[in-house]
Amino acid sequence: MERFSKDHEWVRVAGDVATVGITKHATEQLGDVVFVEVPEVGRKVTAGEACAVVESVKAASDVYAPVTGEVIEANAAIAASPGAVNEDPEGNGWFFKLRLVNPSELASLMDRAAYDQFVKDNA
Amino acid sequence: MASPATANPPKRTPLYDIHVASGARMVPFAGYEMPVQYPMGILKEHLWTREKAGLFDVAHMGVCFLQGPDHATTAAALERLVPADIAALRPGQQRYTQLLADDGGILDDLMVTHSPEPTSDGNLVLVVNAACKDADYAHMRAHLPGNVRLFVADERALVALQGPAAVAVLERLVPGIGALGFMTGAYATLAGQTVFLTRSGYTGEDGFEIALPAAHAVRIWQTLLADPQVQPIGLGARDSLRLEAGLCLYGHDIDRSTSPIEAGLHWSIQKRRREMGGFPGADRIQRELRDGPARRRVGIRPEGRAPAREGTEILSMAGERIGAVTSGGFGPTVNAPVAMGYVASAHAAPGTKVQLVVRGKPLPAQIVSLPFVPHRYVRKSA
Repeated sequence: MERFSKDHEWVRVAGDVATVGITKHATEQLGDVVFVEVPEVGRKVTAGEACAVVESVKAASDVYAPVTGEVIEANAAIAASPGAVNEDPEGNGWFFKLRLVNPSELASLMDRAAYDQFVKDNA
Repeated sequence: MASPATANPPKRTPLYDIHVASGARMVPFAGYEMPVQYPMGILKEHLWTREKAGLFDVAHMGVCFLQGPDHATTAAALERLVPADIAALRPGQQRYTQLLADDGGILDDLMVTHSPEPTSDGNLVLVVNAACKDADYAHMRAHLPGNVRLFVADERALVALQGPAAVAVLERLVPGIGALGFMTGAYATLAGQTVFLTRSGYTGEDGFEIALPAAHAVRIWQTLLADPQVQPIGLGARDSLRLEAGLCLYGHDIDRSTSPIEAGLHWSIQKRRREMGGFPGADRIQRELRDGPARRRVGIRPEGRAPAREGTEILSMAGERIGAVTSGGFGPTVNAPVAMGYVASAHAAPGTKVQLVVRGKPLPAQIVSLPFVPHRYVRKSA
């Protein structure tokens, strides 16, 4: 299942593993990504906590954990090649994977339709 | 009491509509709505400019001229406010300088050109920064003698064409313009209009700044863009280009507190003026030239990939605070983070290892000489 946060992160859940990245809309706003910092494996994060960084030529942005969990994998490929985030933000441009602690947190995130509306409403 | 007036609506250059139609993202800058980027994006716009030719709307900047009975009089009037040798400028010659305050701090930086036309030999054409222009005009007017007047060139719009292909692009429209050397100006006919252009700019590349009639700005902009070597470039790439070129941005790398010596701009103060003074803050400038300034503007290269932005604290390897970043970001041409800042002079030598506090953590970096990308100016002998 797929959910979206108000900070333009997407979450894809399979079992108790949540893959997290930033949305296509976020990359369009950001522009070309030149630097990415992903969290360390093993780090425990709370929903809403800043745990990664994405930077364009002009600005730095925090990436927040949409849900609570433990980082079980971080995407080394985007750290090495930040442009990969622009190429495929909602696929290969994923940032990190979490082992979910509290799946009920997903209910307070938006589904695709709600997120698309949220983007329109805030344009 | 009346409720606070809403801020003046942002001003627009004559090219506003065409930027919007081109899909530019507009942002407020110095009281204007300016294009920060076009659909190509900052990274590609930056790289395009260094490879081909970028066209910049800089009509927000302050184009004005000082008019006096002859060059000597007008030059003397301006020399009371700036440390450069203006009297020695040949007709058409352009120079970079600063308006200084009495304590030697910088009020603004600007370009000054001695009119190339014999009939207006007493004219100096000035280009000042958008954010400072109103204050600069007031400052100059308050200090000019009775026979030198300041005129704001309201009917002109300034654009810049920068990059290795700029001269070829312009040659197709203004045959012979390639003979103009770096830091010289001339009047020419471009698309049927009289324009004033100088071979200079803010990117480190060869290029031209063109003061054209505002009423014809759209048509001339489109004429230049019709060349396949030319793309419109926004303020985002303008900033990354000038940073790689080691050029100061007023309000960031130079400001009211910095002297031209601290800022590494001593080269812009010619020998006669260094020795004779006669400009505001001359005491401080002469003292700093003699004893060295307490701090210096330097180039900084983070060792990793994380950019260090304006305000980042700079520490010595021992952990002592020695300065701060004044401009920082990612340099698309060097493909690495780049920054400029001020450090205590003892730590200013290129090669000095320092630490940059980014997101609370000290990251290793090195002081380097500027520019990050070599300048490619096309100088011609006088």
